[in-house]
Amino acid sequence: MDGPVISGASVVKLARGVRLREDAVRGQTVLLAPERAMAVDDIAVAIVEALDGERTLDQIAADFAEKFDAPAPQIAEDVMAFVRELSIRRMLEIVE
Amino acid sequence: MSDTITLTADAMGKTPRAPPPMAMLAELTHRCPLACPYCSNPIALTRANEELSTEAWIGVFEQAADLGVLHLHLSGGEPAARRDLVDLTRAAVSFGLYTNLITSGVGLTEARIASLADAGLDHIQLSIQGISPESADRISGYAGGYERKMAVAGWAADAGIPLTINAVCHKQNMGEIDAMIDLAVRLKARRIEIATVQFHGWAERNKAALMPTREQVERATRTVAKARENYQGILVIDYVPADYYSKYPKACMGGWGRVGLNVTPSGRVLPCHAAETIPGLSFETIRESSLARIWYDSDAFNAYRGDDWMPDLCRSCERKAVDFGGCRCQALALAGDANATDPVCIRSPLREHLTREADALAATPSVDFVYRGR
Repeated sequence: MDGPVISGASVVKLARGVRLREDAVRGQTVLLAPERAMAVDDIAVAIVEALDGERTLDQIAADFAEKFDAPAPQIAEDVMAFVRELSIRRMLEIVE
Repeated sequence: MSDTITLTADAMGKTPRAPPPMAMLAELTHRCPLACPYCSNPIALTRANEELSTEAWIGVFEQAADLGVLHLHLSGGEPAARRDLVDLTRAAVSFGLYTNLITSGVGLTEARIASLADAGLDHIQLSIQGISPESADRISGYAGGYERKMAVAGWAADAGIPLTINAVCHKQNMGEIDAMIDLAVRLKARRIEIATVQFHGWAERNKAALMPTREQVERATRTVAKARENYQGILVIDYVPADYYSKYPKACMGGWGRVGLNVTPSGRVLPCHAAETIPGLSFETIRESSLARIWYDSDAFNAYRGDDWMPDLCRSCERKAVDFGGCRCQALALAGDANATDPVCIRSPLREHLTREADALAATPSVDFVYRGR
């Protein structure tokens, strides 16, 4: 049985039961999932918030490259690595 | 991206200051229609008329959120036996708690699951005892339980609530792990937790009927490794191996009073399920104290923090930062002393004896279960 294949053309969003939350007690942002709490930095937060279930991962990377004036291939690679990690942990819903 | 939040407080120092708790297990009730012979509830069960009221539980949830708890597990007994389950869920969600229902499924209906979804329930953990009505219902001591669980999984999927299947494995169902994993996938679960039975509470009474053999444990470990590959991206498999056959003890509860706490049906606050078995410790209730005071300042929660309490064998060991000295309740049960090195550790003088005992128990031919509460 094969798991989902994620590519630049994929459109994804956080699965139900996975969400970002401010953790005021520890002064950080956490991504919460069943039995998991991950402290996430600003970059991870920006990526998670961009997973809107509408744009493709390529579009998201291109938008970041423009917004932060950074090289697109590097950003695309970072976004893809992070998103694949979330997918393996069953934290994503693949919209298309 | 780190798997777990780094705990910044120096938990191994001489004057330990605990980090805030991450998780709270709320045992809403000890009532349960099932009678699993390895139930983690204590032998002396709390009666219904001693349970905290709706308002009292909601107060505990609010205190927990203020204290830094992120995950709230609504458990029991069977939490669905509480008529106020939907109200409790709604309140927990309103405090920002990630709210997880740990259930046998019995007592849940399609309408009730829809109400829980509306209330904002984040996740359901549904127990299974086996992969067929015959095996599962014999182990749980509840006829019809298996069929109800299958229905509950479907209703959860329809309501959009993510699902984890919980399976406790032991001598009598260890050969079904493969099939349990397949069942979890068919039930559209995203996760399965396969935990080898821990010998506390009722399981201690059923040790001979439950202790797996070394061969079973080794096969289970291989099965899990293979299934993790096969189902990558489809099913997350969390596996708690049999610690009697391990070299080192488990980091029980992630360390005493370090990551999580339990609240019993009557409001007693414990570092773990079995902590009340330890003589000499007195545990406060939320009727007489605040959650924060109990967590940070109570003698019971501070008893096994840091390394002052440890025997030299543990205090001088580099693994104390990994397993925090192992399980105190197991040390008590097996060594007769809650301050002893966990006898599972290969460095414990009791380890050889434990291995012989485990092998003898595992080799015991079929023994009848002593069912919980019967």
